[in-house]
Amino acid sequence: MTTPPANPAAALPEPLSVAGGVKLPWHRARTSLIGFALPLGGLLVAFGIGAIMLAASGANPLVAYQALFKGAFGSRNNIIETLVKSTPILFVALGVTFAFRCSVWNIGSEGQLHIGAVGATLAGLAMKSLTPNLPPILAIPIMILGGFLFGGLYASFAGVLKVKWEVNEVITTIMMNFVAILFVQYLTFGPLRDPAANGLPMSAYILEAAQLARLVARSRLHLGVVLAVVAAVLVYIVLWKTTLGYQIRAVGANPRAAKHAGINVPRSVFVAMVISGGLAGLAGMSEVAGLHYRLLDSFSPGYGQAGTVVALLGNLHPIAIIPAALLFGGLITGADTMARTVQVSTTIITVIQGIMVLFVLGSQFLVDKLEG
Amino acid sequence: MTIWEILPQLFQGTVFIGLLAATVRMATPLLIAGLGQIFAQSSGVLDLSVEGLMLVGAFFGFVGAFYTGNLWAGVLSGMIAAAVVSLLMAFLTVTLRASQMIVGVMLVIMLAGLITFFNKLIFGTGYIPPSTEGFQPLHFPVLSDLPFVGPVLFQQNLLVYIAFLLAPVVAVIMYRTTFGLQIRAVGEYPRAADSVGINVFKTQYFAILIGGLFAGLGGAFLTLGWTGLYTDIISAGRGWLAIALVFFGKWNPYRLAMGAILFGFVNALQLRMQVMAGQQVAYQIMSMLPYLLCIIVLTMVSRKAGGPANLCIAYKRE
Amino acid sequence: MAAFLRMENIGKRFGQLQANDQITFEAEAGEIHALLGENGAGKTTLMNILYGLYQPDSGGIYLRGEKVKIRSPQDSIRHGVGMVHQHFMLVPPFTVVQNVVLGLRSSRGPFLDTDRAAARIRELANQYGLKVDPEAFVWQLSVGAQQRVEILKALYRGAQLLVLDEPTAVLTPQETKEFFLTLRAMAERGHTVIFITHKMEEVMEISDRCTVLRDGKVVGTVKTGETTDTELARMMVGREVVFRVEKKPAKPGEVVLDVRELSVAGERGLLAVRGLSLQVRAGEILGLAGVDGNGQTELAEAIIGLRRPVAGRISIAGHDMTGATPRQVIEQKVTHIPEDRMTMGLVPTFSVQENLILDSYDQAPYSRRPLGNGKSGWFLNARAILDHARQAITDYNIKAPGPEARTKMLSGGNLQKLVLARAMYHAPRLLVAVQPTRGLDVGATEFIWNRLLAEREAGRAILLISADLDEVLQLSDRIAVLFEGEIMGTLPVQGIDVVELGLLMAGAKRLPA
Repeated sequence: MTTPPANPAAALPEPLSVAGGVKLPWHRARTSLIGFALPLGGLLVAFGIGAIMLAASGANPLVAYQALFKGAFGSRNNIIETLVKSTPILFVALGVTFAFRCSVWNIGSEGQLHIGAVGATLAGLAMKSLTPNLPPILAIPIMILGGFLFGGLYASFAGVLKVKWEVNEVITTIMMNFVAILFVQYLTFGPLRDPAANGLPMSAYILEAAQLARLVARSRLHLGVVLAVVAAVLVYIVLWKTTLGYQIRAVGANPRAAKHAGINVPRSVFVAMVISGGLAGLAGMSEVAGLHYRLLDSFSPGYGQAGTVVALLGNLHPIAIIPAALLFGGLITGADTMARTVQVSTTIITVIQGIMVLFVLGSQFLVDKLEG
Repeated sequence: MTIWEILPQLFQGTVFIGLLAATVRMATPLLIAGLGQIFAQSSGVLDLSVEGLMLVGAFFGFVGAFYTGNLWAGVLSGMIAAAVVSLLMAFLTVTLRASQMIVGVMLVIMLAGLITFFNKLIFGTGYIPPSTEGFQPLHFPVLSDLPFVGPVLFQQNLLVYIAFLLAPVVAVIMYRTTFGLQIRAVGEYPRAADSVGINVFKTQYFAILIGGLFAGLGGAFLTLGWTGLYTDIISAGRGWLAIALVFFGKWNPYRLAMGAILFGFVNALQLRMQVMAGQQVAYQIMSMLPYLLCIIVLTMVSRKAGGPANLCIAYKRE
Repeated sequence: MAAFLRMENIGKRFGQLQANDQITFEAEAGEIHALLGENGAGKTTLMNILYGLYQPDSGGIYLRGEKVKIRSPQDSIRHGVGMVHQHFMLVPPFTVVQNVVLGLRSSRGPFLDTDRAAARIRELANQYGLKVDPEAFVWQLSVGAQQRVEILKALYRGAQLLVLDEPTAVLTPQETKEFFLTLRAMAERGHTVIFITHKMEEVMEISDRCTVLRDGKVVGTVKTGETTDTELARMMVGREVVFRVEKKPAKPGEVVLDVRELSVAGERGLLAVRGLSLQVRAGEILGLAGVDGNGQTELAEAIIGLRRPVAGRISIAGHDMTGATPRQVIEQKVTHIPEDRMTMGLVPTFSVQENLILDSYDQAPYSRRPLGNGKSGWFLNARAILDHARQAITDYNIKAPGPEARTKMLSGGNLQKLVLARAMYHAPRLLVAVQPTRGLDVGATEFIWNRLLAEREAGRAILLISADLDEVLQLSDRIAVLFEGEIMGTLPVQGIDVVELGLLMAGAKRLPA
């Protein structure tokens, strides 16, 4: 496919004013309102349909949603758990944003985060044997680099195929998801398996200095969440304040005009893919270095998928994605509580997610119409 | 045992016959779903929700058969359920002109959750999944007893035969009927089709619906024609493979069938190796084969381009 | 006996433009009638009304003496009207037969009856002397053959009246000769043939009568045998050239753009530009006059680096830029105003200020080093971009809510001013302006004309490529006429003979180089 399809990024609200302090004219305020009202509306519709499904399962929707909320934000531990789950989702969503803004349909975040985890693990294990006395100030950046590079490299294969041979990146990246998951399985059952793990599929612990610090003592909250927010800010800066980001957005919005203006379109596409994979790789790194300190089989309960959905809900804007990721982290965390309380499957959450996105997608044309 | 020791064993005697028979079986869902997608893609719509549609077909096919005791009722319910979802896909992409890529992927995500939800709702959370008797292998008077060819070709169940018979049927429809000509015109040059009075939107709706029906049938096969039960991972990427196979077959039903058989073989091979390898760890690498093959196959085809010129572009009447 | 076709008092308005103004037009059975006029004269609009693609605001259509209501192409086909458009409506991977029967009911129910259709096609082909192989694939066919297929499509559906829009625009001279034989055959069999053209040669060679349109009105209908091409040229183009803009005398400097023997391939593999040479000097506007489709697009693309020439040389300020990338050409301080501002020139979802820097975002002052030392770098200089936008909005009188407004909110005229501002702001050496006032109202047009002249004053070299003859006459210092990929002649605008210009544009005359 050489021609990009209709771009969901086409009807987005403008980012925050470039020079600051400039009065928003009436029509722009209206556009922004619609841009944020739609996902909210979608949320309401989705929760409404969820309520119907809950009722069909014999559960009281109000009780269920209450349990959901409490499970997500009701106690200090619950909030921490929500933050922990939101972290990899945020990383992935940032990566997806980067790619989608360039009209590159990277659906391979799940695979890229797995390979990023592998990269971080290898870095952590290598440092353990080669440089055991490395201080954290050096070890952690190396972990970050490992995760980013491996994720980016993995994505670059799909990028090359797209740029050189016009191979559809949706299918290649999805196929690579399966391969990556199997690969991690292979590693944790095989070459990387820790002999001290009693036959369980996990690697040895990485270097202690390479482990991300815990933010709250004796809890699961780790530095990763800070890194993710920093990454969000960085992605915002890159996309709207740098020449690279400008190129990427131009190519994503109108590749023909970009070409006429002298922008190197294939190169922008490739870079977008690689950075996107790198960010997803950081999600994997964050789980390895911050949470488990080792590589585990099946460490991701579908963060790649969730991150993709979050990116679309956040309308591909890095700052809007932060609350969206939090919302999702909360949904996943609270789902367990809800499931226990009202005896209903946690998959209702996935349905709610999906409905929200479809709503956002379907209503894009409404926004276009209203904008004239 | 290493791979190199297992491999030769697979090509001997009865094991090999079993392998080939399995190949035909495993090619079937890919073939069915792929044939349906030939319609959708030829009309210019890249329907990426096939994976989800097959899940829907698998689940509702199972449910239908389980509760009515009638296998054909099951097949029908699977097909209809998938067709309904396709209608949604058609509405979003043809009428509202939303991004075909994203709608397809999101539908898969949503459907996966939805089906799991319905599964728990209807069948509860027991450890042993409910099962039903699926289609039994047929027996032809002389043919089934032939050595070698018998078990491979003539002891399959009815759905398998339907699938392989559908290939020439689809070929006839696409290449010898006015409907097929219309679909292909819409996918190639919708403006030209519009100019001779063809309703582009209606044609695309139909094509997508047919794709849905077929995907539903392919999904129903997974439960009713093969395993007899429904599990969450029953489709394991087959929907995506089917889409890739359409490219690989260059939108031609016969080449698609060849591709389906190729992938069916790789699938069957890899499963058997897993069984024989037992605790051997390397089986994950084998499991990667179908997916890697898919990427390689897509690259080979894309280099020569080709295919409906208007694929994935939403049509707008100027 | 009533004329076969009579279109009476047809009026059609598109927004501010009166495309057809009380047009009364007749065509007889068995005649070949040419519809002659410049771009924008209203010829295609009139025929599109006949074919049912547009509805007239006023007037009526009479076929065989009876009033008919034509609401869609289906209606007109039913009444025996067929149309062959400039862009063929053929599906390339299909065979001729498949294209002809597309959309028609088959005699075998759901199944195609291509054998029967092929036989009928052969029959028609023989009757009309149209050499076509029904089993051939359309992509294999030459353009002339494809046109024959389009004609067969119409005949197959029983067309008695055939309208052809610029039919020879894409044909070789040999194909044109064959095409004319076909038209003769059809006329002899009683069909009515109307063809839209801007080429005088053809009008004189093949038509029986000719109706000339100008500015949406009929200028006159003449019998071809009783007129000369000079008279037709005068009817087509003749006007007092009144200068509506203030134009100081030209002071051309050194050569900025030097094109030598340039040949560029077009869409169908044929040469769109053939051994063309031209020069543009600093401080002058060279207007390239010619009807759309004579190689303008390909020439512009070759100059700005989007299309590789197959032969010849392009130099910009002495540097060889043949086959350069768009980036390299931009670095030579060449800017351009593209043909289609929305698809080629602007990013609709970007803000005004973002669009203004589309070709200069990575140059100082719009890009900067993190610590800012005046040189270009990785970061965007928000302040500079905003200031630039504010300045441009004021200077070019762009009506926009502000520098941050989404570009797609702007009206056509303001969008074009935006493109212009971008193209002219940084003192380019060479400006390639393609159809700079297409689709704009008089006010916006006049504004842009004045800006272009101001740039000319300031010493830029401007290559103006436009199908609007008025525009070319108003702005240019010299006019080069482009016809079928070649320059037919270059004339100074001072004291220009418009009739001679018309003849050059229609390919009827060639001046020595």
